[in-house]
Amino acid sequence: MTKEIKLYGHGLKEDDLKRVILIEDKPSAKYSWSAGTAMSRFLLELKEGRIIGRKCNKCGRILIPPRMYCEVCFRPTDEWIYVRDIGRITTAVVSYISADRARLEKPEVVGVIEFEDAPGSGIFHRLNIKPEDVINRSAFGMKVKAVWKPKEQRNGSITDIEYFEPVKE
Amino acid sequence: MFEAASRAYADAGIDDPRKTVDAFVTCEEDFWSGISIFDEFTPDQLGGVYKPVYTITSDGLIGLASAYMKIRTGLFDIVVVEAHSKASEIITLNDIINFAYDPIYNRPLNLNPYFLAGLEATKYLHKIGGSRYHLSLIVEKNKTNALKNPLASYASKITAEDVNKLKPIIEPLNPLDIAQPIDVSIVVVLARSDIAKKFTDRIVWIDGIGWATENPSIENRDWSNAAYARIAANMAYKLADIKNPAREFDMAIVDDKISYKELEHIEALRLTGGKNVLRLLEDGEFNIKGSLPVNPHGGELGVGWALEASGLVAVLEGVHQLRNEAVGRQISAKKIVIQSWRGIPTTTGAVAVLTIDN
Amino acid sequence: MKTNLNIKNRVAIVGAGLTLFRRRMLDTPKELAWGAVKMALESAGLDIKDVEAVVIGSAPDAFDGVHMKGEYLSDGSGGIGKPTMRVYVGGGTGVFTPIAGWWHVASGLFDVVIAVAEEKMSPAQPHPQYVFKHIWDPIIERPLGLNLIWIFAMEMHRYMYRYNIKKEDVALVSVKNKANALDHPAAQAAGKITVDDVLKSEILVWPVQRLDISPVSDGAAAIVMVSEKIARRLTDSPVWVEGVGWALDSTHWTNRDLSYPKYLEVAARMAYKMANIENPRKEIDVAEVYDPFDYKELHHMEGLMLARKGEAPILTKEGITQRDGDLPINPSGGLLGVGNPIAAAGLMKVAEIFWQLRYEAGKRQVKKPVYTGLAQAWGDLMQVGTVIIMRGG
Repeated sequence: MTKEIKLYGHGLKEDDLKRVILIEDKPSAKYSWSAGTAMSRFLLELKEGRIIGRKCNKCGRILIPPRMYCEVCFRPTDEWIYVRDIGRITTAVVSYISADRARLEKPEVVGVIEFEDAPGSGIFHRLNIKPEDVINRSAFGMKVKAVWKPKEQRNGSITDIEYFEPVKE
Repeated sequence: MFEAASRAYADAGIDDPRKTVDAFVTCEEDFWSGISIFDEFTPDQLGGVYKPVYTITSDGLIGLASAYMKIRTGLFDIVVVEAHSKASEIITLNDIINFAYDPIYNRPLNLNPYFLAGLEATKYLHKIGGSRYHLSLIVEKNKTNALKNPLASYASKITAEDVNKLKPIIEPLNPLDIAQPIDVSIVVVLARSDIAKKFTDRIVWIDGIGWATENPSIENRDWSNAAYARIAANMAYKLADIKNPAREFDMAIVDDKISYKELEHIEALRLTGGKNVLRLLEDGEFNIKGSLPVNPHGGELGVGWALEASGLVAVLEGVHQLRNEAVGRQISAKKIVIQSWRGIPTTTGAVAVLTIDN
Repeated sequence: MKTNLNIKNRVAIVGAGLTLFRRRMLDTPKELAWGAVKMALESAGLDIKDVEAVVIGSAPDAFDGVHMKGEYLSDGSGGIGKPTMRVYVGGGTGVFTPIAGWWHVASGLFDVVIAVAEEKMSPAQPHPQYVFKHIWDPIIERPLGLNLIWIFAMEMHRYMYRYNIKKEDVALVSVKNKANALDHPAAQAAGKITVDDVLKSEILVWPVQRLDISPVSDGAAAIVMVSEKIARRLTDSPVWVEGVGWALDSTHWTNRDLSYPKYLEVAARMAYKMANIENPRKEIDVAEVYDPFDYKELHHMEGLMLARKGEAPILTKEGITQRDGDLPINPSGGLLGVGNPIAAAGLMKVAEIFWQLRYEAGKRQVKKPVYTGLAQAWGDLMQVGTVIIMRGG
């Protein structure tokens, strides 16, 4: 299978698209997902400005995001448990592009936060820290706390938390 | 899914699936669930984290076939198959079915996706000399059978005359000819024969299984023959050493997502033994008390359409019947055939022969 | 699972085919599948009539824009009137498809099977990246506008932080693979670049820059898998499938240690056990390791236990993973150099190992003698590892 072999296929450049027949279609795919028991409670608690997890008494883990079964022990989880909204950054990145690949005016910093009271837990969220701290890696392990939207603006969504920002040790 | 899996493991006598189960198959299509790459969301609930899990984008019975092959390789002892439907979460169901049509040749016509069924039903009825009334007989049979099935969602005490009176939505089909969606999660546990005996003595055997795809192009397919079912049945019968399908089965579950399909599938599976399928239907031979009960649980017309879980709904009923657990509609059955079809616009389906020892 | 004592039927690959990989192709998905299958059958000396079953691999339906994509592809793949099924594990599909083909033949049910993988990403508008919006959890992730490159960047950064790896070390992989791809007939993104070029390229999501990632592509690949008795009739150099493995990690990636692909180690162990391999670093002669981003080649090398944790960048720096090195990695040019039509990319890698083990890879042929090769793919929410191990006849 050498370089000289001619393979099937007709590549097109972007302006070739003007010269071929294109058929456009937009799928109408709408869904209404139920959140499920665990996530519904999680979202309701977020509205109240609280973070809640599920505990598996067998392995001792507090699961956040919460779920009604522990995937390691394969058994139902046992109880609801509140945790403080404080954690440490396990990884962080600086984004200069949006989901559609367009250039952002202001770079966004996002990452994963492990809750102090629940080792092994973690959620993805926005971080209010300087991009330089991400690039020089001082963000790793940084202690952060959730900054909540005002109560009137919360509606039971992950965005009830505005972002996480650094706190003193 | 966790609940269905837990029940299946309890039924099989498996205490810790994380230790015992070797592989997991899930049957789903992205556009049914609204999530791309659906298997991302499955391992945890099945006990499959850090284990071989994958998706078959097809009906549960074809998922079962892949599990069957895996066990036959000798590499896997116990394999779990899962399929589910959350049709209630899909707001634009017909649009999604439409999305399966060829984007260049068919979709631009922008028709009700069931137009294909109307065309095929017309041609098929014409070919066999059948009428609207025969379709109504099937709807009556399956919906009344479903009255005895606690898992059925669309049972009703309806007569063929009542069905006949309804206005068509696409000639010759009226709303009751088309199975309506349900939500369900089904988990099935398969094991190699020597292993199975360690868990239970009520073993249901897969004696044979087959599947086939005929032709996705609607312009190039056979419009009055379920060839995919015939090819799949031949493969299954060969493995199960079935020589005379019309005589060897105690009952049959065939796909009736759209009423006329039940007859097409019965013919394709060679269950008529040379007799006229319409006469057999009229004489009640496919009823529960007949010589070959078909869809005693109500079929999809009575139970509901479970998207890619349809094949496993058939397996579930087959297992209940063979294990004498089909309260209210029990048939004395030792050997049965089950069949599923993926629904419009596909020509894909699978067939399995299930048996139980004495 | 048992050791390979229980596996009665051997399976061989006797032919392979590819189409071009390009950013956008005129051909429909069906035509692409057909092009690859045709070449594979011709190279095996077989006809479509000889094929008994077909396994199709293709990743998200949303790219091509057809629901039930497997049905749509079945005629182009040669599946008319035959048992056909489509398998799907996100990006891992390209190596999973031949694994499914393996069990079709190893079950004893079929003697000749086609495994074909196709992907057409270009139809998705405004940009194929957008489709990846729908792989996230709709409740706790999508509202934050999560983006695929973000998630890889997070994994990359955690890996680099944990083992103190510099961007320059990672960039070496992109340089190597794009250069390797210059000798590949299907290549879309081949080129002679330097580490400096990578470090100066557009920053997308720090630490990911434009030249760290593979392109969006259309393309297809196919292989012919047969039973032992057919293999011996067809060719003197069948390539045997000796090990298969795959594993899926939990959905909850935020609860995972991102610096190490544990799911890949699980998959690799499954394949190594079946192939009777105890020391992969010594026993694997050549490997095609999934490289949609340059850091993934390093990450996966460690998950496959071809390098110790944190050690893969060192092997790369020392030239060990070059074509003339002791453990050549991605002699094809990988996804970075040849292209990334998701499912087809993985199968392209399997095809490369096939050609390498038969000494048919032309200028890409690695210097050392090769007997055992490995191909690996990865996908979903950074969850699945799929591994296949092959040996020359």
